[in-house]
Amino acid sequence: MTPKKTYIHDYCTIENNEIVLNGTSIFKAEPTTFGDFSKQAYRNFDIQYPKFFKMDALSKLAFLGAELLLSPITSSEKENNIALILANNSSSLDTDVKYQESISDKENYFPSPAVFVYTLPNICLGEISIRHQLKSENSFFIFDAFNTEFMSHYANILLDSDKADSVLCGWVEFFDDNYKAFLCTISKEENTKYKNQTIKTLYNK
Amino acid sequence: MTREIYITQTNCITPLGFDVVSNIEAIKGGNTGIQLHENTSLMPISFYAAIISDEKINGAFEKISTDKKYSRLEKMMILALEPIVKKSQITLDSKVAFVLSTTKGNVTALIPNSEEGFQNAHLDVLAKNVADFFGFTTQPIVVSNACVSGVLAISVAKRMIQSGLYDHAFVVAGDEVSEFVLSGFNAFQAMSDLPCKPYSENRTGVSLGEATAAVLISAEAKNAQIKIIGDSSINDANHISGPSRTGEGLFRSIQNALKEAQIQPEKLDYISAHGTATPFNDEMEAIALNRLGLQNIPINSLKGYYGHTLGASGLLETVIAIESVNQNILFESKGFDEIGVSESIHVIRKNENKNIDLFLKTASGFGGCNTAVVFEKVKS
Repeated sequence: MTPKKTYIHDYCTIENNEIVLNGTSIFKAEPTTFGDFSKQAYRNFDIQYPKFFKMDALSKLAFLGAELLLSPITSSEKENNIALILANNSSSLDTDVKYQESISDKENYFPSPAVFVYTLPNICLGEISIRHQLKSENSFFIFDAFNTEFMSHYANILLDSDKADSVLCGWVEFFDDNYKAFLCTISKEENTKYKNQTIKTLYNK
Repeated sequence: MTREIYITQTNCITPLGFDVVSNIEAIKGGNTGIQLHENTSLMPISFYAAIISDEKINGAFEKISTDKKYSRLEKMMILALEPIVKKSQITLDSKVAFVLSTTKGNVTALIPNSEEGFQNAHLDVLAKNVADFFGFTTQPIVVSNACVSGVLAISVAKRMIQSGLYDHAFVVAGDEVSEFVLSGFNAFQAMSDLPCKPYSENRTGVSLGEATAAVLISAEAKNAQIKIIGDSSINDANHISGPSRTGEGLFRSIQNALKEAQIQPEKLDYISAHGTATPFNDEMEAIALNRLGLQNIPINSLKGYYGHTLGASGLLETVIAIESVNQNILFESKGFDEIGVSESIHVIRKNENKNIDLFLKTASGFGGCNTAVVFEKVKS
């Protein structure tokens, strides 16, 4: 196959109590926990989706980033073939540790199905798919650090092979209240905004 | 022209044996790895699961390494890969990928006062430990996408080789039976009180299992048994802990995979399905297969032999399905009695000889994920 050129359309970073969209800070909170920060962000953007409060922290983080990038470009009237490819380092370990605590003390043995379901990193892909009705390609990868090269290659493969019309990809790391999300949308549709940028340069900004 | 992608070598480590030959002999003999276990460090009550004995793992591992630093799962993964890496004689350079599939990896490292440090619970650490044993020089790619991980790993490897990024990929998949997953499936009331019975009237849920499997995926046709000709992984966008009632994601995954393979559904000779034996999963599969007109294609679930081996299952079941092709035999779907799904499917009741040119492997999992891959026999 002859690979066609692909373009980054929009990107979003969430870290240190701040959300930056396409290089511009769009929400910033006073230093606080992620739980509080994510609730403030949800209210700030007036998101109407009560299921958000049932999600674990990793899903909330990925959900918020996806919300800002996908809401303007998806609609319930048409099929949205937007693939989701996310990666991180800590998998679902933040929730895994909490779940392990619920079974380690035999006097206090309370394994909860509502917690157990979030002990898989790809659950956040399911949450985003449900929210935006994306019946599309999705996969979750783990690396020691954000492998931007892999991510661009894999996004391009999905676009070149017509498995997706566009791709939402990125890094969603959460462990013990330390977090960083970087998400971007890529497609074959020409966009000159980030002509000289790559996932790597935007991530490291 | 699109590069053709092959599976050239396979191996597996399971309660039924530590190589493909012994596993196939056990399946032909109707044996199962699922047994009743009473082990309060794993579950407060007795449970059915397919577990490998520590002695067997350690005994086999000692033959290839005296190093004591590896976890139980790492040993199982190294044991699955070792003969393949050795036999391939491939130089592990920048054109050779290492793909690892798992859901929970070394989750036992989270147990308080565990011998392994907490770091080992990180999946990239697990991958590095296994990669360094063999000396892979490319960064390991870990696929962790719930119960489709094992078959998705095949698809990821195929896609990367097809794009020219790599020429070969060694793929390993594995998960253990742990207190963590047992308690979780039990909390979901998804555990069977008898060895699991996929697609059966009286099925009550899963039996968990543990295994590792490994394959070599390559753009070189030398020694190729099987060609990978289509693949897709579509989300249901419906529910995070239950499958879509209409089987939408699985339906679309199979449809896309067949389209890429340029195969009419009725041309398939065999389907190696997911069949976890939970009421909802098996029902969903039957609906998706009927929507595609696949209800008459012989189908089995291998969970009756191995239990549900989570991130290993898709790759392990592909390894066994490849042997079905090589030996022209359809294996009985163990545990099946009376059909217990609302739409008819052709569940294999007894081992039977059949020429298999084309087969489909499917899997579905938490998060609404589904994967389908189509394989074709390489005619020599």
